[in-house]
Amino acid sequence: MKAAAGAPREAQVLSRTDETADMFTLHLRLTDARARAAYRFTPGQFNMLYLPGIGGVPISIASDPDRRETLDHTIRAVGRVTRVLAQLRAGDSVGLRGPYGRGWPMHDAEGQDLVVVTGGLGCAPVVAAIGYVVARRERFGRLAILQGVKHSADLIWRERYDAWARLPDTRVRLAADKPDHHWGDHIGLVTDLLDEVQLRPDRTVALVCGPEPMMLAAAGRLARLNVPETRIWVSLERGFQCGVGHCGHCQLGPYFVCRDGPVFRWADVGWLLGTRGF
Amino acid sequence: MTSASFLPRDRLQALFDRLREQGYRCVGPRVRDGTVIYDDLTDAANLPVGIGARQAPGSYRLTHEGHSRCFAWANGPQALKPLLFAPRESLWRAVRHDDGRMRFEPTAQQSRQLAVVGVRACDLAALTLQDAHFAADIADAGYASRRGGLLLIGVDCTHPADTCFCASTGDGPGIGSGADIALSELESGFLVRPNSAAGALLCDALPLRDASDDELYTAAAELESARSKQHRRLPGRNLRDALFANLDHPRWNDVAGRCLSCGNCVAVCPTCFCSTEREEAAFDGSESTRVRLWDSCFSAEHSYLHGRLLRPDTRTRYRQWLTHKLGGWHDQYGRSGCVGCGRCITWCPVGIDISAEAAAICGETVEPGEARGTREGS
Ligand code: SF4
Ligand code: SF4
Repeated sequence: MKAAAGAPREAQVLSRTDETADMFTLHLRLTDARARAAYRFTPGQFNMLYLPGIGGVPISIASDPDRRETLDHTIRAVGRVTRVLAQLRAGDSVGLRGPYGRGWPMHDAEGQDLVVVTGGLGCAPVVAAIGYVVARRERFGRLAILQGVKHSADLIWRERYDAWARLPDTRVRLAADKPDHHWGDHIGLVTDLLDEVQLRPDRTVALVCGPEPMMLAAAGRLARLNVPETRIWVSLERGFQCGVGHCGHCQLGPYFVCRDGPVFRWADVGWLLGTRGF
Repeated sequence: MTSASFLPRDRLQALFDRLREQGYRCVGPRVRDGTVIYDDLTDAANLPVGIGARQAPGSYRLTHEGHSRCFAWANGPQALKPLLFAPRESLWRAVRHDDGRMRFEPTAQQSRQLAVVGVRACDLAALTLQDAHFAADIADAGYASRRGGLLLIGVDCTHPADTCFCASTGDGPGIGSGADIALSELESGFLVRPNSAAGALLCDALPLRDASDDELYTAAAELESARSKQHRRLPGRNLRDALFANLDHPRWNDVAGRCLSCGNCVAVCPTCFCSTEREEAAFDGSESTRVRLWDSCFSAEHSYLHGRLLRPDTRTRYRQWLTHKLGGWHDQYGRSGCVGCGRCITWCPVGIDISAEAAAICGETVEPGEARGTREGS
């Protein structure tokens, strides 16, 4: 679906799920039936959610592209706009523009092994990708899901990880920097786990999402394990405002992250990440 | 040499009259607050007759030259940019109903046909770049609407400023293919070359005669002399790799020590496109308008992400501006983002010269005298 510049469309909150004290998921539905029917997206793409008088914020689309009833957005109430979004209830309206950007290479990844590396809390873009693969498990090779958190208490969606771990040919490994004494998995960095999952480098596609230092470390480790840089994909964030590459805020060297990304091949952006000022 | 017609100086008013008759709002160079800027213009007598513009790094001053020419000045602070990429634009209006429902209405207005008289070659080149940014596959409604109704009457530059270097970027000083009509100003009148159907239509209605060989020769010679007067230049047309390979060059610290991070360079640059969005809400909260304003990569908020600034200091901001302008543009739009207009040099309060900075960073020494007005050393 081609992105458009222009006014938002109204979307209604059908329901909401509270994930943690400050994280919630809004299940949205475009009010206009034609807009709803025309809406297509890929996991990893995002919408701009907009509140009149308050402002807009880019939020990754968490739901499955083939499940057309709602567009789900998992949001952390950390900023001015997200704190107001957190107050929305079923029946309330928001403005929605999108979908924007380029998502994960789900098509090209079919038939390949996948390793998903994520750090921090509920990294939404990657959760959408995992959900997509899990719902079409037979189309993909081995699946390894590696999630890192700082404190073990930060881990959310424990049941989801447990359910994924029970799928065929699927490994789930969790890492905590600062575990409590119940922690039963890896102590240390999530990137350590890459050495343990036994990748087949030339048939692996890596999807990486989290804080940039973690993505740098993960890409470095994957490269040392001989995964080609063209098979390593990362999802980036910059100050998106317009979503269509006009406002200039999301520039990263030669790229408009909102339009050329937010998902990039490591081979294209690795040289810029980790350079202060980019 | 293409064929051209001639419009005697005392018949120049006919151009403005025909434009008005054909339904155009007409804008051209006017002297305002000590500068030449584009503003409404219906009377040829209000052109900047006899005016010159003395420019140097960090300075701009109009002069009275006592001649009868009206385009004998190099560009002022403002390009075509504000006429198309508006400094302030309403994007949409949001209306909130009592039942909580929302409606969003685009606010872009259909704009009237606009003719700009006296456009410079550098600004035509910049317009092509702004078109690629704002009016290609994902078009900005306001920009595209104004662009659609635009008629451009360019004039060759015969009086470049000290700060101009359009010859080195390949964008001037002569009017190329981007204008509907190209003019060359001579003592007694103007060579007129139509370059589009709309331009030809207008020319058909003007009191033109064939240009003489002598007039054609003189115009070409004046243009050549204007070209050779330019002494600044960029150290190459494609500096992308050289800039990105030198992100740790000590010159970034040096220029950061001079740069005030004021953003003047961005405001006057005809290709800079950054903007920021704001909400303007009605007092009772029932309505708000989304407004877009020009922004600058020298502002703190430009690099704001999750409570921190990706570019917290002048060094990283100046480096962003230069690596984008002369580097990233090649990837984004197939050429450098600099058209050699020299505005950022003239209007920089401390006279920082983009050509000297680029030369220092890309490993070329600046010839003595080429970086006048900037601090020496690298
Ligand atoms: S960078 Fe400076 S010289 Fe180049 S187009 Fe912009 S204002 Fe003109
Ligand atoms: S280069 Fe000059 S005009 Fe640009 S921000 Fe620095 S001081 Fe201001």
